[in-house]
Amino acid sequence: MRFAQPRTTEEAAGLMAQESGLTRILSGGTDVMVQLKSGLVQPALIVDIKHIPGLRTITPEDGGFRIGAAVSGAELGEHEGVRALWPGVVEGVELIGSTQVQGRATMAGNLCNGSPAADAVPGLVAANAIARIMGPDGARDCPVADIPAGPGKTTLAKGEFLTSIFLPARPDRSGDAYLRFIPRTEMDIAVASAAVSLTLDAVGIVTAARVALGAVAPTVRLVPAAADTILGTKLDDAAIASLMAAASAACNPIDDKRGTIEFRTQVAGVLAKRAALIAYSRAGGTA
Amino acid sequence: MKSVHVSTTVNGDAVEFICEPDESLLDVLRNRLGLTGAKEGCGTGDCGACSVTLNGRLVCSCLVLGAEAEGAEVGTIEGLAKGDALHQLQQSFIDHAALQCGICTPGILVAAKALLEKNPDPTDTEVRYWLAGNLCRCTGYDKIIHAVQDAAQKMRSA
Amino acid sequence: MALDNTPKRVFKVVGTRPPRPDGIDKVTGRALYGADVSAPGMLTAHILRSPHAHAEIVSIDTSAAEALPGVKAIVTAKDFAPQDDDFLMDVLDNCMARHKVLYDGQAVVAVAATTSAIAKAALKLIKVTYKALPHVTDVDAAMTLDAPVVQEGRSLETVPEGMSQNVTSHCEFGHGDLEAGFKKADVVVERSFTTAATHQGYIEPHACLASMTADGKADLWCCTQGQYNVRDLCSAALGIEGSQLRVTASEIGGGFGGKTTVFIEPVALALSCKAGRPVKIVMSRDEVFRATGPTVSSSIDVKIGMTRDGRITAGEAHLRYSGGAFPCGTVDMGAQAAFAAYDLQAVRTLGWNALTNRPKEAAYRAPGAPQAIYAVESVVDELCQQLGLDPLEVRLKNAARKGTRSSYGPTFEDIGLVATLEAAKAHPHYSAPLAEGQGRGLSAGFWFNFGGNTCVTLNVNTDGTVGVTEGNPDIGGSRAAISQMAAEELGIPYDKIRTIIADTSALGHNDVTDGSRVTFSVGLATIKAAQDAIARMCSRAAQIWGIDEEAVVWKDGAAEPAGPNAGKFPPMSLAEIAAVSFNTGGPIAGHHEFNADGAGVSFGVHLVDVEVDKETGATKVLRYTVFQDAGKAVHPSYVEGQMQGGAVQGIGWALNEEYIYGEDGRLQNPGFLDYRVPVASDLPPIETVILEIPNPGHPYGVRGVGETPIVPPLAALSNAVSRAIGTRMSSLPMSPPRILKALSKG
Repeated sequence: MRFAQPRTTEEAAGLMAQESGLTRILSGGTDVMVQLKSGLVQPALIVDIKHIPGLRTITPEDGGFRIGAAVSGAELGEHEGVRALWPGVVEGVELIGSTQVQGRATMAGNLCNGSPAADAVPGLVAANAIARIMGPDGARDCPVADIPAGPGKTTLAKGEFLTSIFLPARPDRSGDAYLRFIPRTEMDIAVASAAVSLTLDAVGIVTAARVALGAVAPTVRLVPAAADTILGTKLDDAAIASLMAAASAACNPIDDKRGTIEFRTQVAGVLAKRAALIAYSRAGGTA
Repeated sequence: MKSVHVSTTVNGDAVEFICEPDESLLDVLRNRLGLTGAKEGCGTGDCGACSVTLNGRLVCSCLVLGAEAEGAEVGTIEGLAKGDALHQLQQSFIDHAALQCGICTPGILVAAKALLEKNPDPTDTEVRYWLAGNLCRCTGYDKIIHAVQDAAQKMRSA
Repeated sequence: MALDNTPKRVFKVVGTRPPRPDGIDKVTGRALYGADVSAPGMLTAHILRSPHAHAEIVSIDTSAAEALPGVKAIVTAKDFAPQDDDFLMDVLDNCMARHKVLYDGQAVVAVAATTSAIAKAALKLIKVTYKALPHVTDVDAAMTLDAPVVQEGRSLETVPEGMSQNVTSHCEFGHGDLEAGFKKADVVVERSFTTAATHQGYIEPHACLASMTADGKADLWCCTQGQYNVRDLCSAALGIEGSQLRVTASEIGGGFGGKTTVFIEPVALALSCKAGRPVKIVMSRDEVFRATGPTVSSSIDVKIGMTRDGRITAGEAHLRYSGGAFPCGTVDMGAQAAFAAYDLQAVRTLGWNALTNRPKEAAYRAPGAPQAIYAVESVVDELCQQLGLDPLEVRLKNAARKGTRSSYGPTFEDIGLVATLEAAKAHPHYSAPLAEGQGRGLSAGFWFNFGGNTCVTLNVNTDGTVGVTEGNPDIGGSRAAISQMAAEELGIPYDKIRTIIADTSALGHNDVTDGSRVTFSVGLATIKAAQDAIARMCSRAAQIWGIDEEAVVWKDGAAEPAGPNAGKFPPMSLAEIAAVSFNTGGPIAGHHEFNADGAGVSFGVHLVDVEVDKETGATKVLRYTVFQDAGKAVHPSYVEGQMQGGAVQGIGWALNEEYIYGEDGRLQNPGFLDYRVPVASDLPPIETVILEIPNPGHPYGVRGVGETPIVPPLAALSNAVSRAIGTRMSSLPMSPPRILKALSKG
C-alpha cells in the first residue's frame, strides 16, 4: 500500500486516475481506517487530501457556505455561521460517532462512504446541498442527493473525489432539523433517521419543505409526498398524521441486527414528525 | 510496502520514526515509541481507550495513520503530568476513586482534559456526552463524573 | 453512607478511604497491562479461527505458511498433551480445536512470525478443509431430540434416559410440598422468560507474552484473574511440571470472571517452545467476543403462589441454560440462587444444561444467578401488581433471615437482607413521585461468595515498614483494602505497608480472584499472617526484656508487658523490634496458608426509575439506587465502586446487550459498535447505600461484595419498564424494538 499527500486537487485526481488498483481518499479516515484494519478493503493507494489548500476551510458564498471536504465535524460545529443557517445539517454531522470521531470525521467522507444510515446525509439532502467534485476531466457540481448509489456505493467515477459541499442561502423564516433513532444515547449507527427543512410565510404557513429519510432504504430517500402533506399547513394534527403516514409509506428498510422492518418503518414516521416540529420552531413558527 | 519516515512532536519532544504506510498512530505509539499509555480496546474507534490529541484536537489514535503525524503535535497520557506534579485531573481521579482496573483511565483523562480546555464549567450532562466515546466497564461512570467536576472546580479557582 | 444496627469494633484504618497504591501508575499510563510488555527477539502470533458454527476438520495444510519468510513456528491441537481429565481436555479443546470446530471463531491453527503482518499473511496461506455440519444455537432447540448433536457422550448420570445428547447435566434443589403450597395460594402466576448471552465486556483484550525453552522451563506474563490457575492449566496442556512454569499476572484491564481461564496462553507457550523465542499474542476485539467466555443463554419457567396478604406459599423454577459447546455447571448455581432471598415452606428448582454451537461459557459476576433471579423477581413483582401489594412490603414479609432454611439447603447465619430492604423503604427514592410514562422497579439479589485456597506472607522490614505478599490480582482496589487490614491488625500507619501481588514462584497456591473472595479470604489470611508476625515480635520483645513470651501483649503497634507484674519496660514499637531483628534471631515474617471458610453471603436491593418513550420504545434510566450489605466496608470507595459498576453492567444486560446469531450460526455483533454496553450519557448517577451486618466468619465482619450488584438490575429494570408500559416483559434484553412491539400488542 502506498500513501500520498498531494498539495493540489489536480495532483490528487491524477494520482487516483493513474492507479490501476483500489484507491481510497483519506479525509477524516474514521471509516477508511476501520475498513483497512478489518481487511475488508486493501487499497493499493491512499490519498490524503488534508494538505490541499482550501479543503479545510469554510467560506461564505452567495449567502450560503462552501465547506471544504476535509473540514472535520468538530470544526464545522465551531462555525457560528453554518450553525445559524443550517442547524439541522450541523446536528446531523455532530452525531457521527464520538467526540474523538468528531475530531476527524468529515461530511464529505460520511457521504462518500455510502452507508444508508449516514448521519450527515439526510440533512444535506433536505438542504439541497451541492457537492463539488474533482476528477481527471476537471471539476463538476452534483446535488448531494445524487451521490449515494446503494450500500457502500456512490455515483462517483474512478478518479473522482469531493473537494467541497455547498450549503445554499435560505429565505427568512426557514429552519431545518435532523433526528435519528438509536438504542443508546450515543455511539450507535442510526436505526432510522429523518431530516426536515422548511420555510414559512409571515403567518406560519409552510410554503416550502423537503423531507429526507435515512437508514430505511438502500440510500437516503427524499420524500416529496411527505413534504406535500405539510405544505400549506401550520403543522396541525391532521397534517402531522399525514406526514407520519407518508414517511412510513416511503420506507423500504431491511431486518438486521440493528432493527426490524416494522420498527424502522414506524419510527421513521415518528422522527419525521418530531424533526418537522423542531424545524418549524427554528423557522419562527409556533405550532 | 515501502516504509514511511515521519518527524513529529510527542508531548513536546521532537520524535522521529519509521513505520508502514498502513500502521495506525496507536501502533506507532505503543510498538515503536514505547508509549504504552494509550490502549487498544477495540481498534475501531468505538471505545476511546486509545485517545490522544492531534494538533490539540481529541482523536482516537487507532483511526489515525502513523504517517499522518508528520509535522503534527501529538499529546498522550504520558504528557499530562509535569515531572512529579500530577495534573489536577489525575489527582482528582485518585482522590475520588474514579478508576478501578484503570485500563480506560488514560483515554478518559486525555478526553477530560480536552473538554475542560474547551469548556471549563461543564454540566454533568455535558461531561457525560463528551465522554460518551470512552467506555468504562468497571465504574459505571459515576465517580468519573465526580472526579472531572472536582478537577474542573479546582482548576477554575486556581 | 453506611447504616447498621449492631455494635461494632472501632476501627482506625479499616473503613477509611486512603489513596490506592497503584493510583499514580494508572493515571499516568505507567502501569503495565497484558499487552504492554515486549521481550528481546520477540515474535508476534495470530490465530486462524473457524468460520463455521459446527464442522469436522478434515485436513490442515500449513506447508505454504511454513515456507513464508519470517514464520518461525506453527501449532495445532497436535502440539498439546492429551488430558485424562474431561475438564482439562475441554479447556484445551477450546484453546485449539482437535477433530471438530464447535463454534464460529474457535481457534484452529496459530502462527508466530517476526512481525504481526507476516503472521497475518501466513494465516491466509493455511488451507483448512472443513466438512460443515448442522448447527444449533438456541438452548430450547438444542434440547429437542432432533437437534444437531454438538458433542456425544458428555451427559452425566443425572440426565434421564431419552433426552438429547446435548443435555449434559441436571440438578434439583428445594424442600417441602409444592402441591400443597400452591393449593394454599390465592393467586398463582406462571411465566416463561428468556435471556440472551452477554459478555463481560472488559475493555482490555486478552494478551500474553510467553517464553518457553526446550528444557521445560517457562515464563508467562498475562492478564489474568488467577496466575496459579493459569499455571496449572498451561503446565497440563504443555506436559511440563507446574513448578517450572512461572506465571506473572500483569495489571488487568477488567475481568469480571472472564479472565479466570486460558484461551491464548497455552498456544503462546507452545509456539515459544517450538520457535525458541518469546511469543506475544494479543486478541482483537472481534476475537474476544467470538472466542472467549460469554455467559449462558437461558430459558426459564417460574411458578409462584401468593396469598392475598402477600405471603409466598410455593415457588418453582425450571431453568434451561446453555454454556456453549462444552458441558457447563452454571445452572447449578442459578438453581440454588433463584429463591435464596425468601423464607419458603415449599420450593423446588430444576436445572438443565444443554450444549449449543456457541463459545465456551466463562463466569460473569455471580454466574447463573442474574438469569434465575430475574425470572423469580419478575413473577414476584407481577403477583404484587395483581394483588395491589407494595413490592417492598412483600419482600420484607417473605425475606430470609438468620435461621431461615434457605431454598438451596444451608441455614442462614446473620444476613443483611432485611436491613437492605428496610433501608430501601426508608430512602427518599422509594417515595419520590413518578410522572406519566415512568415506572419504578425493585429487585432483591444475592450471591453466595466464596473462600478458597489462599496464602499470604507478611515481611517486617528493618526500617519498620511491612511488605505484604499475596497472590490475587487486584481487579477492584484490593491492594488498598489488604494494606488497610494489615495496618489495622498491626497498629501501624497505612503508608508503612506495601502490598504486592506475587507470581506463582513466590507463594503457595492461591485460588482465582473470583467468587468475591479476595477482601474476605486474602484479608483474613493477611490478618492471620499479621497475628503470626505479632506473635514473633512479642517473642523477640520478651527475649530482649528477659521475660516470658506469654507476658507480652501487642497494643497500638507495639509490644508491651501484659501487666505491672511482668516488668517495667516501655513499649517497643514494630519499627524498634524490626531494627534489632538481626540480633534477636533474624528477619521477622508472618504467614498464613489455608482454605478459607466462612465467607458470608451478600444481599442487595436495587431501585430504579425509568421513562419509556411510547412512540419508539426507548428507555431512559432516570434514577438508580443500590443498597447492599458489605458486612464491613474496608475501603468504602471501592465497595461503592463495585456496587455502581455491577449495577451498570446489569443495566446494559437488561436494556441492550446480547449475542446475536445469524441463521448461519455465526456471531453477528462481535464489536463494541453493535454489542451495546452502556456509555456515560446513558446513565444517571448511581447512588449507593452500604449496610454493614458483620459476617461472623471474619474478624472484621467482611463480606464479599463484587458479584451481588449485577444480580438485581435485570429484574429491577424489567419491573420498572413493565410498570411504565403496562405490559409484563419477559425477555432480555428489552431493546426498543421489543418494547415497541409489546406496546403495540397492548
